Amino acid sequence: MRSQVEGSQAVARAVTLCRPQVIAAYPISPQTHIVESLSDRVRTGELAGCEYLMVESEFGAMSACIGASGAGARAYTATSSQGLLFMAEALFNASGLGLPVVMTVANRAIGAPINIWNDHSDAMAMRDSGWIQLYAESNQEAVDLHVQAFRLAESLSVPVMVCMDGFVLTHAFEEVDLPTQEQVDAFLPPLVPRQLLDPDEPVTIGAMVGPEAFAEVKYLMHVKQMAALDEIPVIAREFEAAFGRSSGGLLRPYRLEDAETVVVALGSVLGTIQDVVDAMRDDGVSVGALGIGCFRPWPVGEVREALQNANRVVVVEKAFAVGAGGIVGQNVRDATRRQPVEVYDVVAGLGGRPITRASLRALLDDVLGGRVDPGRLHFMDLDLELVQRELERSRHGERPGPHAENMLRDLGTVASGAYE
Amino acid sequence: MDKPFAITLDVGSSRANKTGSWRTERAVYTNRMPPCNDACPAGENIQAWLYEAEAGGAGYEQGWRRIMEDNPFPAVMGRVCYHPCETACNRAQLDEAVGINSVERFVGDEAIRQGWTVSVDVPPTGKRVLVVGAGPSGLSAAYHLARRGHTVTIKEAGPMAGGMMRFGIPRYRLSRDVLDAEVQRILDLGVTLELDAKVTDLEALRHEHDAVFLAVGAQLGRRAYIPAGSAAHVLDAVSMLRDLEAGEKPLLGRRVAVYGGGNTAMDAARTARRLGAAEAIVVYRRTQDRMPAHESELREAEDEGVLFKWLSTITQVDSGRLTIERMELDEAGFPRPTGELEELDADSLVLALGQETDLALLDGVPGLVVEDGVVAVASDMMTGCPGVFAGGDMVPQERSVTVAVGHGKRAARHIDAWLSGAAPEPAVRPALATFDTLNTWYYSDAPRAHRPLLDRARRESTFDEVVLGHDEGTALLEARRCMSCGNCFECDNCYGVCPDNAVIKLDQPNGKYLIDLDYCKGCGICVAECPSGAIQMFPEQV
Amino acid sequence: MPYQEIKLYQTGTFVAGNRLLEPEQRSVQARTGRSNSITSGHRACRGCGEALGARYVLDAAMRATGGKVVAVNSTGCLEVFSTPYPESSWQLPWLHSLFGNGPAVAAGVAAALRARGRDDIRVVGQAGDGGTVDIGFGTLSGMFERNDDVLFVCYDNEGYMNTGVQRSGATPPAAITANTKALGQTPGNAFGQGKSVPLIAMAHEIPYVATATVAELRDLEYKVEKAMTFRGARYLHVFVPCPLGWGADSADTVRLARLSKETGLFPVFEAEAGEVTEVSRIRRQVPVEEYLRPQRRYAHLFGDHPRPDIVARLQARADRNIARFGLLPEGDE
Repeated sequence: MRSQVEGSQAVARAVTLCRPQVIAAYPISPQTHIVESLSDRVRTGELAGCEYLMVESEFGAMSACIGASGAGARAYTATSSQGLLFMAEALFNASGLGLPVVMTVANRAIGAPINIWNDHSDAMAMRDSGWIQLYAESNQEAVDLHVQAFRLAESLSVPVMVCMDGFVLTHAFEEVDLPTQEQVDAFLPPLVPRQLLDPDEPVTIGAMVGPEAFAEVKYLMHVKQMAALDEIPVIAREFEAAFGRSSGGLLRPYRLEDAETVVVALGSVLGTIQDVVDAMRDDGVSVGALGIGCFRPWPVGEVREALQNANRVVVVEKAFAVGAGGIVGQNVRDATRRQPVEVYDVVAGLGGRPITRASLRALLDDVLGGRVDPGRLHFMDLDLELVQRELERSRHGERPGPHAENMLRDLGTVASGAYE
Repeated sequence: MDKPFAITLDVGSSRANKTGSWRTERAVYTNRMPPCNDACPAGENIQAWLYEAEAGGAGYEQGWRRIMEDNPFPAVMGRVCYHPCETACNRAQLDEAVGINSVERFVGDEAIRQGWTVSVDVPPTGKRVLVVGAGPSGLSAAYHLARRGHTVTIKEAGPMAGGMMRFGIPRYRLSRDVLDAEVQRILDLGVTLELDAKVTDLEALRHEHDAVFLAVGAQLGRRAYIPAGSAAHVLDAVSMLRDLEAGEKPLLGRRVAVYGGGNTAMDAARTARRLGAAEAIVVYRRTQDRMPAHESELREAEDEGVLFKWLSTITQVDSGRLTIERMELDEAGFPRPTGELEELDADSLVLALGQETDLALLDGVPGLVVEDGVVAVASDMMTGCPGVFAGGDMVPQERSVTVAVGHGKRAARHIDAWLSGAAPEPAVRPALATFDTLNTWYYSDAPRAHRPLLDRARRESTFDEVVLGHDEGTALLEARRCMSCGNCFECDNCYGVCPDNAVIKLDQPNGKYLIDLDYCKGCGICVAECPSGAIQMFPEQV
Repeated sequence: MPYQEIKLYQTGTFVAGNRLLEPEQRSVQARTGRSNSITSGHRACRGCGEALGARYVLDAAMRATGGKVVAVNSTGCLEVFSTPYPESSWQLPWLHSLFGNGPAVAAGVAAALRARGRDDIRVVGQAGDGGTVDIGFGTLSGMFERNDDVLFVCYDNEGYMNTGVQRSGATPPAAITANTKALGQTPGNAFGQGKSVPLIAMAHEIPYVATATVAELRDLEYKVEKAMTFRGARYLHVFVPCPLGWGADSADTVRLARLSKETGLFPVFEAEAGEVTEVSRIRRQVPVEEYLRPQRRYAHLFGDHPRPDIVARLQARADRNIARFGLLPEGDE
């Protein structure tokens, strides 16, 4: 059924159709509309047979999901930003225990400085937590990925996070084709837990493992994650067969066939990038785009194959490793080792800064014009004058104070908008 | 369940880890000597029979049978024993000693009521043993010898069996029905009792028997020289009590003085009251706290109106009057005359100054040694004459029914060994279960139940038993006050408190517990928390 | 004593069992068929109070529920000594997640069971004092205020024993730990710090809060059994001496627990919906010194430079508990 609906509402509906048995959530912008809506749906009975725990923290939320999943229930939560980091310890635990929890991450920047707007710093910070990370390009895909995420999590007994850009998607009203309950039920069978707490068959879950077996446990985790690279395309194909539309999968190639220059990105920015690709193609430039649908596990072979004909890859990402460089870029570089290709790391859209077509076009023109050094991290739309001034001040030996505050003072503005 | 490797484990799999290897000390169930048993002159295993009696119901008979292994007179003991067990009882340090004697009486009376009997469970040995004297010691020896299969003949000089139990202890302390019942039970084992059969020539008789046990007692009242007028009425307590038992009522007059401070003096004074004396006064040369009479006897005598004159000796007896000299104690506690005289009205004077043994029958028996008027015996109760053993009041030891009964048992054990040519089994005496070995926290607060007494009026005029027995409920509660010192009473505490589940409770009757050495780490909590101190730590041999 | 006292003139209520009692009068621990929820082979130190307390609690819970208990365990000694791969000492379904999240995990388990229609299976969460009063306190308070159907049990040994005996919010004043040594003017842990989680639990007005010690088995079992009659959040705070951390003889574990109550230092009580309903009165009152002396963590109070002033302050704490909870034996108030 197609309807014009807010992204959060669409996701809440999709989650409802997946019949989670325990939801434990703590509010944080921009995830709030999802969990508010789920609360409504549990209260009205639209989501029946579900226990909704209003926990005291994100740490509690993930912990409750761990308990619920250990006790054989389909468990779900949603969070953003600081909340995801507050969960960090529990994220590693859920994956270590192999519990098939599904979580929506409404991606948002990480403070300080505190910032409620979208980027991917939160999910990227947790990229090594042992969770599968799927990134939605649109609200339609966010809906579809949740249905697939439960199926994936439970088939492998691993936790899955579905990342969708905060505000950009969560608060955007778009037309979405929401599946019916019958469709979802047919696609997603009831949970058969791989292990559970059962008095009739008691087991000890969560043992302490020493040097004699720890590496083996971790190796087996890795093998299981890598198995998702086979499982995800299978699920995506079955989804397409059942629901009549393509959604999910590992990668989203766009006009890659003969592209010499390929833009790699994750999430909602892909739409803008595709517009720029189209425009440049119209101008006769052989450009394409590659959307990363699954960042963890990293589909290294699929990326290599997708980029085998490119000689320039521009990775546009909404996070970076401070003091190192691009995160996705590093992974792309890894995938294209020994291929004759330059990889450009571009940081864009931090803390909610819009990524415009013009900026993207300018970026690609600069890359094609040889004006971008591939050996350096490039910040799109950086206010160079502002940072130069601040750096100048530090060079004069004053105690500079926090750069961020100084720059804001210089700009004569502070970020406005709703705080968490 | 498809358990993830290493993260998810099978339950109970730690039992593969034998933590017993950590141990440097191990807990071992032991039996310490309870102080009651240690103090019992008759060698009763008091803790053990109380343990049985604590169960109530069938436990009373079990308990009685445990007593009967050592002592054939539970009902008599429950009346006349001065219960050193209670003096030694650890519970006295907590609240009040367990009323062991009252429980013994209940159990003994229950046996008589129910007609419980014992039997000889071994084949006859063919050995003949002569017992001289049917007092507590002789009867006890006869009983134990009979149960060991020997043929026993008792020769008793008097007209009835019982000795001092009958002729020394007044019936208000020991009902004759009870005595008769317990004596009969011994005779029913096949013991031959010959009454009015005074042995005068032991040397002749001993060759007709394989062994002899002498237990003639000390039935002669000791006399002291007191100047007496011709009309003075002086008699001795032993004779008085014996005559009374034989049906002769002594003429004592209205005011009776009793000279002496022992139990017999109390018996004489209390008997005098019952025989109608308006005034019975005990004259004793020391102070109350130094008198040998048992405290309960003194208290009961006082209750019955017996008067006491302390620090006094009698220097002259005249008709209706005594002359008394006041004494004072020197630094050593010895009474010294002061020269201060006074007079005391008394129609008669009963001497209760101790007893002596008539040893005439021993003449001509080779090897016998007599010292201070008693027969010397070795630790095996044998006299200097091989095959002739002696016990009771005629050997040098404290004189009491219980001591005598104990002698009978000990002599029987050694006679049995002597007859078979084997060394007697050594009596094992484990270390004493002292108060500090107990964990008294666990015992319920339980005040002692005291036995009821006959009312005063009847005590002054009749020979009915003064001390009454407990009803069953009270006796049971009293039995359960026992702390079972040094011995397991199956409270399950060790099984409960082990942090390693290393105490195995055997799920069977009288099963008790085992330490599981596979897992016992040797922490010692079971030892510390055993109420009765029945577990001990021993260093592990490394 | 809040529970029905067994009138047996011998040991009655105080020991685990006794052959003279009817089987139904015996404690769970006295039964050969007890669950042994944590079984032999665990690697707890000699004389571990926590290992003992955990078996007492869980066996009682197992009995009260007909064997339908799921346990959730926070990180700590109990978790470490019971589940080193490849051996588990647990004999019931058991889940360990993290140090600070036991109550939340337990809440999740309870929610799952409810969602699955398995209300017959009950959840017991358990942690040491660190996992309860400190790092797990936020999730514990959350579990309380939501009234999740969990019995949460704190085994309080008054410090971080698993990490080498450091101070926790449950460490008593003057006690020496690895980071509150007998150095400086005020040796040992400071006065005026720490918290009573039982009282904080009561402030949540949850259905049932109780304290207990490993010295009074029947009281402990009664409280577990009673806790299982309620639905909603319940809290049981069990005092479990630690021979290692306290510098005490391994055989003294139960004795020290007993003394903690008999001195008044550890009040044993029950509360329902925020109100104290019963207290376990002191049976044989003793001065705090009797409790302190066997423990090396208090040795600095009695050595060559004794500190009677500090002992007096500890006695004052006991006296305050006695007055506040009415702990004196009946007739002695």
